[in-house]
Amino acid sequence: MLHHPQQIAIARRQFLGSACTGVGTAALASLLGPRALAAPGLPGFPNFPAKARRVIWLTQAGAPSQVDMFDYKPDLKAHFDKDLPESIRQGQRLTGMTSGQARFPVAPSIFNFKQHGESGTWMSDLLPHTAKIADDLCVIKSLHTEAINHDPAMTMLQTGHQIAGRPSLGAWVSYGLGDENENLPTFVVMISRPSGPTNAQPLHERMWGSGFLPTKHQGVRFSPGRDPVLYLSDPPGVTRDRRRNFLDVLGGLNQMTLNQYQDPETQARIDQFEMAFRMQAAVPELADLADEPESIFQQYGPEAKKPGSYAANCILARRLIERGVRFVQLYHRGWDQHNNCPAGLRTQCYDTDQPSAALVSDLKKRGLLDDTLIVWGGEFGRTVYSQGTLTANDYGRDHHPRCFTVWMAGAGVKAGMVFGETDEFSYNIVKDPVHIHDLNATTLHLLGIDHLKLTYRFAGRDYRLTDVHGKVVKEILA
Amino acid sequence: MERNIIVNYITWFRRVLRVHLGIAAIAASTAGAAERLDYNRDIQPILSENCFGCHGPDEHDRMGGLRLDVPHDDISSTDSGLAAAVPGKPEESEIVARITASDPDVQMPPPDSNKTLSEKQKALLAQWISEGAAYAPHWAYQPPSRPEVPRVKDATWPQNNVDRFVLARLEAEGLTPTAEADRSTLIRRVTIDLTGLPPNRAETEAFLADQSPDAYEKVVDRLLVSVHYGERIAVDWLDAARYADTNGYQVDRDRENWPWRDWVIKAFNANMPFDQFTIEQLAGDLLPEPTLDQRIATGFHRNHMLNEEGGIIAEEFLAEYTGDRVETTATVWLGQTFNCTRCHNHKFDPLTQHDFYAMKAFFHNVNENGVGNYGVDIKHNAPPYVQVASPEQEARLAELRKDLDAATKIVADLKAAKRVAVKEAEAKAAEESNVANEKSAIAADGAGQANVVATAPNVPESNKPTEPVVDAIKLAEEELQKRRKVYLDYEREIPTALVMEERATPRKTFILLRGDYTAQGEEVTAGTPAVLLPMADDLPRNRLGLAKWLMAPENPLTARVTVNRFWQSIFGSGLVVSVDDFGSQGSQPSHPELLDWLAVEFRESGWNVKRLMKTLVMSATYRQSSVISPALYERDPQNRLLARGSRYRLQAEFIRDQALAAAGLLQTVVGGPSVKPYHPPGLYEQVVNQRDNPRATYQQGKGSDLYRRSLYTYWKRSVPHPAMLAFDAPFRETCTVKRSRTNTPMQALTLMNDPTFVEAAEFLAARMIREGGADETSRISHGLWLVLARAPSSKELTELAAALQNFHADFVATPEDATALLALGDSPADPSLASQADTAELAAYTLVASLLLCRDETLMRN
Repeated sequence: MLHHPQQIAIARRQFLGSACTGVGTAALASLLGPRALAAPGLPGFPNFPAKARRVIWLTQAGAPSQVDMFDYKPDLKAHFDKDLPESIRQGQRLTGMTSGQARFPVAPSIFNFKQHGESGTWMSDLLPHTAKIADDLCVIKSLHTEAINHDPAMTMLQTGHQIAGRPSLGAWVSYGLGDENENLPTFVVMISRPSGPTNAQPLHERMWGSGFLPTKHQGVRFSPGRDPVLYLSDPPGVTRDRRRNFLDVLGGLNQMTLNQYQDPETQARIDQFEMAFRMQAAVPELADLADEPESIFQQYGPEAKKPGSYAANCILARRLIERGVRFVQLYHRGWDQHNNCPAGLRTQCYDTDQPSAALVSDLKKRGLLDDTLIVWGGEFGRTVYSQGTLTANDYGRDHHPRCFTVWMAGAGVKAGMVFGETDEFSYNIVKDPVHIHDLNATTLHLLGIDHLKLTYRFAGRDYRLTDVHGKVVKEILA
Repeated sequence: MERNIIVNYITWFRRVLRVHLGIAAIAASTAGAAERLDYNRDIQPILSENCFGCHGPDEHDRMGGLRLDVPHDDISSTDSGLAAAVPGKPEESEIVARITASDPDVQMPPPDSNKTLSEKQKALLAQWISEGAAYAPHWAYQPPSRPEVPRVKDATWPQNNVDRFVLARLEAEGLTPTAEADRSTLIRRVTIDLTGLPPNRAETEAFLADQSPDAYEKVVDRLLVSVHYGERIAVDWLDAARYADTNGYQVDRDRENWPWRDWVIKAFNANMPFDQFTIEQLAGDLLPEPTLDQRIATGFHRNHMLNEEGGIIAEEFLAEYTGDRVETTATVWLGQTFNCTRCHNHKFDPLTQHDFYAMKAFFHNVNENGVGNYGVDIKHNAPPYVQVASPEQEARLAELRKDLDAATKIVADLKAAKRVAVKEAEAKAAEESNVANEKSAIAADGAGQANVVATAPNVPESNKPTEPVVDAIKLAEEELQKRRKVYLDYEREIPTALVMEERATPRKTFILLRGDYTAQGEEVTAGTPAVLLPMADDLPRNRLGLAKWLMAPENPLTARVTVNRFWQSIFGSGLVVSVDDFGSQGSQPSHPELLDWLAVEFRESGWNVKRLMKTLVMSATYRQSSVISPALYERDPQNRLLARGSRYRLQAEFIRDQALAAAGLLQTVVGGPSVKPYHPPGLYEQVVNQRDNPRATYQQGKGSDLYRRSLYTYWKRSVPHPAMLAFDAPFRETCTVKRSRTNTPMQALTLMNDPTFVEAAEFLAARMIREGGADETSRISHGLWLVLARAPSSKELTELAAALQNFHADFVATPEDATALLALGDSPADPSLASQADTAELAAYTLVASLLLCRDETLMRN
């Protein structure tokens, strides 16, 4: 048997030495008992006191138009339907969707912009609710990336690399910091259902995948309906009591195997089945919004009672982090306004503006914003020039990786701040550029992780989320 | 530079003091290290891990002019002029001064590198310099030569030479092998390892009863000719080849390349020599008069992802696909991490960016356009592809072609006749306007021409037949359209497969600076990395030449990397644990001589895969029991010394296959289009693009499609089957030669609640009742035989019988629950059971069967 302290210590050391197998950490955790199962981060992590213990990433998939929402350019009105000056475009590459266009007519936003809060942050009237929390946000107008198509750009945003195969941010965090709740996954993913038809870009499991990290770090998808987590519900006819009996017998059988083979993996199996049983109770409790007061549904908006909506998922995100889930990644699709941009944005903002703002306020009220980081953003921005026909009330916008807007709120981030500047066409960054690698480095920093130290040996090399790049954006740290 | 000089001065002045202190400390820790160091084993890993990043093969990032990955002639030529290593004199060597320094300005590795040397490592480096700072070429770059088989003290244990290498090491370590596993464990182990399925009860019983000395060998021989052998070995190859049923990027539409997958299964089953297996997959199209099969084989390098996103730039993705081919080739055959060299020279291995692009040139000349085939039908395959018709389909297609040709000819003939008839009629009309003549002309050629003339514009109305007639040309044309549609519809049903095909005009290949497709550097031509093995002059500079270079007997890597991967398939972990990296950052082989012996044997056997497999599974090493003794566990937790049998969880596919096989549900048809088994509702629809994707909802299969082996499960890259992912299957987006092996609550939930497993439990329960005899003891026993190939212990039997009675009493009290449980799944329960068991009983047995499918021993290969 491997249960006396000395052997456990040896096993612990040896397993730590082979953390790359994944079996090791799980088996180790089980050797150390269920409490340890809840916190198997890397030794030495966090590297320094963390400002944020948890992250909620509100991923706006498809690329929201910074031109129409945050990046106010009053002078653009004068350029309506004029060609984007070559001095601005500088021959930069375009997607195949507009590279053939004869002209690149400037399309000023039709939305009205105002300054909000004491910070005087500019936002358009697409965002009446976000505007009210302007003083809680740090709006970064100078994000940039290399990719100009959704799939590589989203893969870049999520994994720090355009090409599939790297671990996602949430997986890295799970690997580095482990879990705070033994009954729930460390990294949860939710994909919301839009209230109406949208041009929803597809998502891929790789975006929350674990890449070359052990697969236990991949995001666990929560879905609306009977099984918030895959295969959570017992089959019909198997009651909780029956499942308990079943697990008691199973535990007995596995104990026989453990006695025979003395393999720590068997003990881990026993623990994992028990954790599954606890999840079966914990997840439905958490997914059931029935105990939320009416005022909460009011606050999160008209879609909040619809399971699977962005609003309902924002409430769920709060419930997840309240229970110690480390990383919640929420996706809302449909931000790909190649045409009918104004109408499309109204739909998107109807779905997301109020819930996003409510989430910030709700966490703030509960004191959770102090150690929870919220990030809102998409994979790139959109062009100031119109794709397709430009009219007084309508235009389309193509992909634009040169600049886009992201906001952060909560733990360790300066509130009421606007960071970075773009030129008068919202086309190029003129001050304080922030690359996705920098955003990721900053996110890890807030979690108490030195992005240079969170590495994993794969194919002969120590990989990290920020590859060989990334610098912490110190200016936005509180 | 200036800083360097100052630092060097400081170093110089402080040296005496520090070096002597350092050496004293080191001397203390090396005391007793009598054995002479081996550079590859003891020193190179330390240097590679801690030093090569800045003092390695990449000249662009080299600091201080110091290079530590090559012999000391170059070591002394540093920028500072200080001698990094003076052979025999550690106290004069700058390396020792630096690694023992406490001043952060001079200390090596620098504090900000996040690398530190242990005292033992420092001592080893000093000892290495004392011993002359001798280098040895990287082991994996030296061609393997057949090592002498070691003598062992215990001559009775070895079954073959594998064991002599293993035992020699164990004897040197003062260890003894573990006893052979019992026969039940052994037959289950070898059957799963070679076929991915559990043995059936008859097979198990036959083996247990067979007292002949070659009983085990007979089992092995039977398994090696089973069709399921090819399926099992193929699974690992499909991972390596990143095989999937969809394009992967963005809308992730379907592709069709299962004929390639079936080619792999067939090749393994036919025991195609591995050199041929390689050549056909990399360059089958370049062989003289390639067969259809040889062209299908080249689908290997069309398995990469393909972007169909609107607005992508073809050149960017062409660079991606070709780069992927280089990296996959390098991982699979060479165990080299070429991905590093896409952007810069390798930091650890002597591979250059030039090598990468010279390799890329082999793959850059395919007749492809870089983007998907969005909007074009033919199963969405992007050219080039081939049609893969079965003989029946070929015959039918020929028949339809004949029909089509006939119809085409009729239309042509009618049109020609019309022209003639119209001309004649016009002539005659002009001449005499004689209706009678006209009618006779019509009569001469029958009704067909009557119609022709009837529709001719230049014949006066009066000259046309007065009775209404059918337009023959129109009819014939309609018929032609119909037949064309039948033909095309049928043709569309004929499977296609992605293939490689060379362009007539070669594409130029350039080094891409920092890997950026827009930043072209120097032009390169196709070539292999000379540091590994120069390419023979007589080899063509195309994929065929590359394949032959890989399989050349002098190639130091291919045979080693390949036997190591097969070793991993059979033992769970490679002799070189880093199966994907035989470079300087890779792990050292646990048994270098054994690896070389296997590599040479494999090569000299004519790359005979089945022979290799047989050698592995026939060894006493393989047959050891996997019971772990605490002492041995403490000594060797990873089982690198092989003093016991390995024990690990089955691969995702085989967990499901095993459940279906035990339940009697498994459909054993080999090959064909991928199938869609049970899939959780909504999962797929949540992420796919509803507008663009014609298959926006998951169309679950029916009947036998639900019970095929898991390697035939439709593999959608954006949403691979969740039960596969839960058990560590990769996404198949990039080449994977090693899966992780985790143990999670998601796996427990899958096993307990996924309809696949619940239904399998129900069918296993039915088998237990139907085939297991009249009493519960024999029925439970039968369940264990089916799943674990063994009889239950009395304690197991007691516990399972008690559980059964408990569940039964419970379901008798709540019959509606029993009915609900049994209603799950598509297949109806066996009606003949009604006479043998009531609903409550079957439900109770179902939970017992589920226990058998969920238990650790079942999930493990013991």
